[in-house]
Amino acid sequence: MDGGMTLPGLTLDIISLARLMPMYLSLTEDGRIAEVGPTLAKLLPKDAAGQDFFALFEISRPGNVRDMAGLAARTGDRLHLVRRDESRTSLRGLAVPLKGGQGMLLNLSFGITVAEAVRDHDLTDADFAPTDLAMELLYLIEAKTAVMGELRAMNRRLEGARSEAEERALTDTLTGLRNRRALDLALAELVARGQPFGLMHLDLDWFKAVNDTLGHAAGDHVLRMVAGVLRAQTRAGDTVARVGGDEFVILLPGLVDAERMRIIAARIIARLEEPMDYQGVSTRVSASIGMAASTAYDRVLGDRMLADADSALYEAKRQGRGRAELHVPD
Amino acid sequence: MHGLLNRSIQGFLRRTYGEAVWHDVAARAGLGPDGFEAMLDYDDNLTDRVINAAALRLDRPRDALLEDLGTYLVSHPDLERLRRLLRFGGTGFVDFLHSLDELPDRARMALPELELPELDLNEQRPDRFRLMCKSPLIGAGHVILGLLRAMADDYGSLAVLEHEGSWPEGEIIRIDLLDPRFSEGRRFDLAGVA
Repeated sequence: MDGGMTLPGLTLDIISLARLMPMYLSLTEDGRIAEVGPTLAKLLPKDAAGQDFFALFEISRPGNVRDMAGLAARTGDRLHLVRRDESRTSLRGLAVPLKGGQGMLLNLSFGITVAEAVRDHDLTDADFAPTDLAMELLYLIEAKTAVMGELRAMNRRLEGARSEAEERALTDTLTGLRNRRALDLALAELVARGQPFGLMHLDLDWFKAVNDTLGHAAGDHVLRMVAGVLRAQTRAGDTVARVGGDEFVILLPGLVDAERMRIIAARIIARLEEPMDYQGVSTRVSASIGMAASTAYDRVLGDRMLADADSALYEAKRQGRGRAELHVPD
Repeated sequence: MHGLLNRSIQGFLRRTYGEAVWHDVAARAGLGPDGFEAMLDYDDNLTDRVINAAALRLDRPRDALLEDLGTYLVSHPDLERLRRLLRFGGTGFVDFLHSLDELPDRARMALPELELPELDLNEQRPDRFRLMCKSPLIGAGHVILGLLRAMADDYGSLAVLEHEGSWPEGEIIRIDLLDPRFSEGRRFDLAGVA
C-alpha cells in the first residue's frame, strides 16, 4: 500500500475531466454520486447526483464489492458493472481514490457492448472521447456486417449457379454414367425417332449388405465397379444411366430380339457376380434385370416402357434374384 | 482491382442507366453479363475497359462518369451502409477530410485485401485543402471528387471542389470550404441501420 507516501498530483477542472473521460464518475466517501461525466449521465436519472452509487450500479465482477471499503480494496482492478434498470447496460472500468480521502473516481466504458449501448441510450460520436476506440469498434461492426452481406449475396449467387449447373448436368458424378435427366432425354429422343430399342432396368442385389458391413466408401467403390462392367458390356451407342442409389437403366437402340436381350442380361449378371475387391476385402453383389422391347407396343411411350421394365424387374426379384425377366405384353 | 470496387462500378451502371446498358458495357469490355463478384480480385485493365466502354456507350466524358460514380457511392439509398462507414471518419466535414489519410487503413481493417486509393490531405489554410489521390485507376481522383462533393452535402457543409489535374505523384483535388455549417446535412445515427 502507498498510504504513507505523498505522490505529486494534478489539478483538473471538471469540464476538462469530462472531455478526457466523458464516462467518469466521482463518489463521495460514503458512496454517493458527486459528479457524472456527460456520456455516463445519459444512462442515469436526472437527479442521480447525491444518490447511492451501489443502488444505481451492481458490481458483477469481482464479487462482493458492495460498499466503498470493498471498492477501495479493488483500486485499479478491472471492474464489471451493470446498470440496475431495465436496460441492464453493462460497463467496465476502474476506480481510483481521490486525494485526501475525498472519495473515489471511476472511469467507465462500454467495452464490446458498445453497439447496444449506443442504440439504447441514443449516443452520438460526440459522446466518445477521441482516444476511445468505440467508434472504430462500431465502424468494424458495420464494416463486418457489410462484408458478410456481400459474402452471403455471393454465396447465394454461387449456390444458384451450382444448382442450375447441376440441373443441366447429364452425368452421375459418382460413377460417370449418365444420370436420370440424361436418360429421360435419350429415351424421349429414341421414342421421337421411332427407332426400335430395348430397355433394361437393373437393380443390384445384396448391395445394402456391402454398404452396411463395409461402409459407404465400399458401397461407392462397388457402384463404380458396376458402372465399369455395364460400360464394358454395352456398345458405344447405348445409354447407361444410374437412376437411383443402386438402380441402373440401359437403353439399347436397335436391340429388340428377346433372345439376344436375355444373353446380354445374363452376361451382365454373370460379370457383376464376380467377386469385387475393396481394400483387400472381397465382396459380392448380384443384379436383377427387368427388360422391355419397344416393338412390343403399338404406340411407344417411354414412361410406360420404364414401368413395364420395372414390373419385370420386380418379377425377377420375386423369382429369386440374380436373373433377368422380359416384360410380356398382355 | 478488388471485386468490391468493380462491383460498385457495375451497380452504379446498372442502377443509374439500366440493365440493357450494363449488358452492352459488359459485352464491350469482354465481361460476362453477371459481371464482377464482390470477393474476387480482377485485373486493373478490366476495370479500365469497363469504364471506357461505359463512357463510349453513354457518350459521356470518362471523368464526368467517374465523378457521377463517386456521388452515387455516397448518395444512393442502397449504399447507405457505405455512406455510414464514411461518416464514421469524423463528426464534421473538416474532421472527415482529415480522416481521409487513414481511409485505406480503415478499409483494410474490414477487408485486408482491399486496396483503396492513397489519399494525402494538405491543409493550406483553415478553409483550403489540397488532397492528393494516388491509385492504379486513372481518373480515380474524379471518383473521389464526386464522393467528397456528396459528403460535403451529407455533413451540411458548403464547399467548392475542383480537380486540378494529374501529376506523376497523383491527382490533386482542391477543396475550398465556404461554410462548414451551411445546412442541417443528413442525420448520422450511430446505432445504424437495421
